[in-house]
Amino acid sequence: MTTTVPTTVKTAAESLVQIEDLYKRFSISGDFLEQIKLRGGKLVREQEHVHAINGVTLDVRKGEALCVVGESGCGKSTVARTVMGLLSPSGGSISYQGKRIDNLSDRQLMPYRRKMQMIFQNPYASLNPRMTIAQTLEEPVRFHNPKVSIAEVRDKVSEVMQSVGIDPTWGKRYAHEFSGGQRQRISIARALAVDPEFIVADEPISALDVSIQAQVLNLMMDAQESRNLTYLFITHDLAVVEHFGTRVAVMYLGSLCELAPTKALFATPRHPYTQALLSAIPRLETGRPAHIKLKGEVPTPVNLPSGCVFHGRCPHANERCKREIPQLIATDEGGQVACHAVEEGRI
Amino acid sequence: MTEQVEILEVRPSAWQRMRDSHLWHSFVTDRVAQLSLLVFVAFALMALLAPLLAPFNPYDPAQIDILNSELPPSWEEGGDPAFWLGTDAQGRDLWSTILYGTRISLTIGLCAVALQAALGIVIGLLAGYFGGRIDSLLMRFADVQLSFSTMMVAIVVLAVFQATFGTELYQKLAMLMLILVIGIAEWPQYARTIRASVLAEKRKEYVDAARVIGLRPARIMFRHILPNTLSPILVISTVQVANAIISEASLSFLGLGMPVSQPSLGSLISSGFEYIFSGAWWITVIPGGVLIALVLVMNLLGDWLRDVLNPKLYKG
Repeated sequence: MTTTVPTTVKTAAESLVQIEDLYKRFSISGDFLEQIKLRGGKLVREQEHVHAINGVTLDVRKGEALCVVGESGCGKSTVARTVMGLLSPSGGSISYQGKRIDNLSDRQLMPYRRKMQMIFQNPYASLNPRMTIAQTLEEPVRFHNPKVSIAEVRDKVSEVMQSVGIDPTWGKRYAHEFSGGQRQRISIARALAVDPEFIVADEPISALDVSIQAQVLNLMMDAQESRNLTYLFITHDLAVVEHFGTRVAVMYLGSLCELAPTKALFATPRHPYTQALLSAIPRLETGRPAHIKLKGEVPTPVNLPSGCVFHGRCPHANERCKREIPQLIATDEGGQVACHAVEEGRI
Repeated sequence: MTEQVEILEVRPSAWQRMRDSHLWHSFVTDRVAQLSLLVFVAFALMALLAPLLAPFNPYDPAQIDILNSELPPSWEEGGDPAFWLGTDAQGRDLWSTILYGTRISLTIGLCAVALQAALGIVIGLLAGYFGGRIDSLLMRFADVQLSFSTMMVAIVVLAVFQATFGTELYQKLAMLMLILVIGIAEWPQYARTIRASVLAEKRKEYVDAARVIGLRPARIMFRHILPNTLSPILVISTVQVANAIISEASLSFLGLGMPVSQPSLGSLISSGFEYIFSGAWWITVIPGGVLIALVLVMNLLGDWLRDVLNPKLYKG
């Protein structure tokens, strides 16, 4: 039993961030002069694009941790950066509590900057090497609260430093004097310093040692509980997703394949790509389903496959998959999946 | 126990941190750098304390006697012990004139480089940070500027200025004009270097973090990116000061620089040139040696800095 859900229907009461039919293209053909080519005796302007995101629709609900997973190059980081306004979308819209934010000027965006913060992947590059930790942490607080006294700013900074387990007396040190895990906690402190509601975390633990990963993850979960945060968590680590996510969005080649509550997704993956992805998790138990091996490689995002982007590698693909782009449909488990085979009841 | 902890918590002072740094370590082990810095500091002190060190004031006509002209250095036959490096064609004490000349040369060099750096840093930051059309436009300007040699621009501008406004006004404004011309002609050196560094820095995530905070582009450029591009700025600055001093000397030698009444090292060399075959070699050779030494130590310091700050040779 499946029905199509029109994208306009939203759970407005609990939805915090809405990503609506988002597209992002990057030109790879250089400047204007390089685009002009001679074809059959005629000068023509040719432009090639990398299609990083192709029509992604997602809504992040208040208080949840929405994990976006997918392999490298599937556009998950691009989604994060576009949501934060670091990239401007080529099409579609991004709204925060129902108000569109992707077309605002820097000045108009300012109130949202306080509410939305970001944690970056590489703790070695995300802190300015020429600034002390105290300067790094005080800057956002001061910038967003220009009227607050210096003493209050310091109090605020030492409070966040303590909350991430960094001794406030270390504030005079520079970033290079800290380990990777400590730097990532400082990075989290910088995001928390302005009391945001929504945090985009772009693979925040993938550059850390496994022993430190759990520490940082727990810190983020504690912060979520104590500060009532909402996360958009980008990762490729499925174990982290199982531990951390409320809902999971699976992306492949710039498109959303499946969106489901974590438990449902891990128990009954519906999309063939999700099934293949989950079967790749190494497990100790016996009697587990066989590893689904996909044929071929991920196609280039420059010339996207027609129809469903996964059809070339999908064991269930038929003629319709090659022609028609599948839309998200609701599943029985409370998720959504974009697959013709699921819609037709073939799998 | 508590005392030990406290000692560990004490932040090292600025002096201690400097002594622990790679820069200091490399300086201590590099004889050439030590010697160069020593000579450069000596030159700087000579320039700064010229009025105190010089036995005569070469700008004061009352202290100049034309009868003392072309006296050889004191160790040569016919030398006067009052003028240990001899005198020039106008009877000025060469030692005092060199001291004052070094002062003028260094002032012009430093001010011209400050102007170059100010222009180049702003243009380089804008081009690198905003990219796109602004970048193309500014870098084409730089290319155009670089396609004229500095000397050509300087000669044309200074000659036209001299011809238009007369020699008298020119002599009054000579120093300012030299600073402006050398400063403006060489900004692309800075702009290109800064732009390259900015392009590398702006991809780093701390710049994204600053943008996510909502900081304005100007603040991100000057507070976050600029401090991280200081090493290449430092390196080209030393070399550029040496270049500016040479440019000034060349222009003065061609008669387009400092007037004879206020000689820089270049105009001193030029003024002695006419007498070199009549035996008065010291008027040209001694200031020439001083100029070579000054430029050499600055280039050696620049080379040393470039090696020390090169991230490929040392990661810090």
